[in-house]
Amino acid sequence: MLEVTGLAKAFTLHLQAGLRIRVLAHVDLRVDAGQCLALVGPSGAGKSTLLRSLYGNYGADSGQIRVRHGDDIVDLAAASPRVVVDIRARTIGYVSQFLRVVPRVAAIDIVAEAASGDRRARAAALLSRLNIPARLHALPPATFSGGEQQRVNLARGFIGGHPVLLLDEPTASLDDANRDIVIAMILEAKAAGTAIVGIFHDTEVRDAVADLRYHVAPIQDAA
Amino acid sequence: MNVASGYNFAYLDEQTKRMIRRAILKAVAIPGHQVPFGSREMPLPYGWGTGGIQVTAAVLGRDDVLKVIDQGADDTTNAVSIRRFFARTAGVATTTHTAEATVIQTRHRIPETALRQDQIIVYQVPQPEPLSRLEPSREETRRMHALADYGLMHVKLYEDITRFGHVSISYDYPVMVDGRYLMAPSPIPAFDNPKMDRMAALQLFGAGREKRIYAVPPYTSVRSLDFDDHEFRASRAPHACLLCGATDSYLDEVVIDDQGGRMFVCSDTDHCEGRRDGT
Amino acid sequence: MEHDTLLSARGLTLHFGATPALVDVDADLWPGEVLAVVGESGSGKSTLLNVLSGRLAPDAGVAWYRDPAGALHDIHAMPAPALRTLHRSDWGFVHQNPRENLRMAVTAGGNVGERLMARGSRHYGDIRAAAISWLEQVEIDADRVDDLPRTFSGGMLQRLQIARTLVTHPRLVFMDEPTGGLDVSVQARLLDLIRGLVRRLGIAAVLVTHDLAVARLLAHRIMVMQRGRVVESGLTDRVLDDPRHAYTQLLVSSVLGA
Repeated sequence: MLEVTGLAKAFTLHLQAGLRIRVLAHVDLRVDAGQCLALVGPSGAGKSTLLRSLYGNYGADSGQIRVRHGDDIVDLAAASPRVVVDIRARTIGYVSQFLRVVPRVAAIDIVAEAASGDRRARAAALLSRLNIPARLHALPPATFSGGEQQRVNLARGFIGGHPVLLLDEPTASLDDANRDIVIAMILEAKAAGTAIVGIFHDTEVRDAVADLRYHVAPIQDAA
Repeated sequence: MNVASGYNFAYLDEQTKRMIRRAILKAVAIPGHQVPFGSREMPLPYGWGTGGIQVTAAVLGRDDVLKVIDQGADDTTNAVSIRRFFARTAGVATTTHTAEATVIQTRHRIPETALRQDQIIVYQVPQPEPLSRLEPSREETRRMHALADYGLMHVKLYEDITRFGHVSISYDYPVMVDGRYLMAPSPIPAFDNPKMDRMAALQLFGAGREKRIYAVPPYTSVRSLDFDDHEFRASRAPHACLLCGATDSYLDEVVIDDQGGRMFVCSDTDHCEGRRDGT
Repeated sequence: MEHDTLLSARGLTLHFGATPALVDVDADLWPGEVLAVVGESGSGKSTLLNVLSGRLAPDAGVAWYRDPAGALHDIHAMPAPALRTLHRSDWGFVHQNPRENLRMAVTAGGNVGERLMARGSRHYGDIRAAAISWLEQVEIDADRVDDLPRTFSGGMLQRLQIARTLVTHPRLVFMDEPTGGLDVSVQARLLDLIRGLVRRLGIAAVLVTHDLAVARLLAHRIMVMQRGRVVESGLTDRVLDDPRHAYTQLLVSSVLGA
């Protein structure tokens, strides 16, 4: 489903006299349908950078990110912005660590607009499964707690049924009961053939869902 | 009446008349389009018909018979003055009978008697631009005419219906000429608008202060603007003329005493007299 | 995915005297897509909007619009009547100051209905019904339909302008700082409204803004302009989260939480 070869990423900070920070180099990984790959490594090693690069949120400097998009294999690293938008709509879902709150949009609509078809009913079901009570569905999540926002974010990520799902600390601010629900949802997605790449600090979650690991090592030679 | 000596025929010099005729020809060629012309100083103030007089002077020939009306009447100061002016400077015959006239200069009315193909009606126009009250920029109104962009005029009608339940314009009611140009019919009552449509006579419009001439050739379509569900209606006071009994003519309201007494009489004096004489 | 662009420009260049306002600017817009043009005052972003919409002619370069029948039109070679027809039907222009676009002496209903009437609608009842429906879509009470805009707040005026612009269901809307000059709380509501309408109606838009948060919320793609040049462009969140050009990094680092 997803195959990365020779991926490299550096940041050039023009405001810091052109300081160049190399974060990723020679990344090769592959995830097939129904597999879950966990990115592991110390804090600051570039796990989030890698995950964001797989979503096209960070641009790759070199290498390929090949993804099965419909009937085609597309290199996300070289794709035009419009193709990336289309890949995000149909192929790659992403659950960020924090929900980016849109003013005034109700929780249920934030979830529903990430999918197509009979959206509101499915959005309501997902939110309820994640223990967001129905009375909150019609409210904008700006005032929700961190855990509630995270669960709205998860619902938004899972509703689309994307063949590839990227998860950045999906259980970071959840209690045990909700964590178990998320584990169950990840396992269900895998069973349905979804390829997953995730960052899981919670080793219990990681052990429960991950089939593969990719070790992200910090690059020392920043210059 | 003697022709005053020392004046050119019909007062204006031949060069000026030629210039005005060129403007008239262009106006006839583009029905409803306002053609600029070099309006001359005339021996009467702006607002008294300087535009109409110049057009009349340019089309008048020695054999013409001239009728001049003001608000439908032949005997008001303005009408009498202009009639005498041309009698003196051109020596043409004048009349008060619509049917006898070959050129009719008018302020604010169209005669009740249907006009013929061998007649010309000249309207005195204070404001030739129908969009003037809605769009102050002349540059912009010219562009709107050029592009036939007349949504704004309908906005005015929309606003009227919204505020009053009907279009509140009772005179100078805007018309579309030949389906192309929006035109101000001069301050005739809306009652007269239907008479302009496919009129047999040539209709010429002169605005002296604004220096514009425009025209509606014979048998040209003239449509009063309206909405499908608020159609144009020519309204008149719901009375019969107290003098001739007419129920289909446009009526003036005349106050007859200081007790609030009023009467309604035909605004077209020739029409009214004709009916009373039985002619 | 549609392959044909709705609007394309190549090599747009324009100088105001010796000042370069646009230098060799290329742009593409696809149906249903929102493109944000960001930069500081004087970066050329408003000039670009005016050139793309045919309100200004470039010194060099060309811009095309594809009509619903698929025919391409060189925007600056179009006859004035055709361009005007586009502007009052297929296109819309939302100004920063709604008073520039609204008729302040005409009721809200008349303002919304004008484009319909300009397009030939001649049924008062239908025009009024459309006006009321659009007022509701921009969250203005239907019973304000006969009120004059001068009784409206700034946020309401901007929403009225949007209703007036969208009533003919344009395919392409040009927006010049649509939330500029409004209170922050009013901005949020307006942004959300624009976002919803643009998505629901599938409108393509070129959005000029100096506010990166506005661009992030509304735009699929973004172009960063500096001194008349496009210094960086791409997917909105890529440009804002991983800015490459020094000027983009400066812009992004100058605001909180964009």
